[in-house]
Amino acid sequence: MTPTKEEMLKAFEVRHGKTVQSKFLSSVVAVCGLGGLGSNISISLARAGIGKLILIDFDKVDITNLHRQQYKADQIGMLKTSAMLENLKEIAPYTEYETHAVRITEDNIYELLRDADIICEAFDNAEAKAMLANFVLEKLYDKYLVSASGMAGIGSSNLVKTRKVSEKFYLCGDGVSDVNTSGGLYATRVMLCAAHQAHTVLRILAGEYDI
Amino acid sequence: MVKINGEDVNANGKKLTDYLKDAGYDNRFIAVEINEEIISKSQYAETVLKDGDVVEVVNFVGGG
Repeated sequence: MTPTKEEMLKAFEVRHGKTVQSKFLSSVVAVCGLGGLGSNISISLARAGIGKLILIDFDKVDITNLHRQQYKADQIGMLKTSAMLENLKEIAPYTEYETHAVRITEDNIYELLRDADIICEAFDNAEAKAMLANFVLEKLYDKYLVSASGMAGIGSSNLVKTRKVSEKFYLCGDGVSDVNTSGGLYATRVMLCAAHQAHTVLRILAGEYDI
Repeated sequence: MVKINGEDVNANGKKLTDYLKDAGYDNRFIAVEINEEIISKSQYAETVLKDGDVVEVVNFVGGG
């Protein structure tokens, strides 16, 4: 049986403390891309009791996603936003979710992201990553950006790190392992990078800004 | 000296766009901050690196 909202809130407070949990609950985090990074980030943040998640992806669940993305075999063909919403509601039913099944472009990015306190860049395409980072840093500079670069291949997990580039810009990953040259993507290494991103979000919300 | 991604580089007076090209960066995949300020891509050509500047070139690679 699904617990009540009050029961879940109490459980969050037991784990995180009242002060930190109230910060999580009052925050809005946008996840741009719901692939290997974004699906894992979303689940971690929903589990932590973030108040509202804005989930954005234009794509559908494909059989080649299942090895690392948090979807189920019977969700193949569904929009990732719909499939993720279904899965997240099973995990954290009282989080507020806003989904957008669109491709993020320079024309719609402001509308999509303006309500977020923290923006997670979780794309797989390098050019899209750079576009988002440049836009947020130039036009949405009051927000925190937690981005990722370099988590492909079967290289050491210890090379995946979080770096603070500037006051509100954090970058996770090993910085170099490109999916096109490093030999595919492994769930474990992508999840490590996603966990770095989600943990950075939680740390920012808890007032821990250093890395 | 200009500090670029943590290393001292003798690039005083060099245009940002020339530095990026010589260092092998593809402008489509990067974000550049100088002294913690983002540089718009339209400003690369007219931005000149100065002694003491701290430059971060973030190069995005594919995968996610």
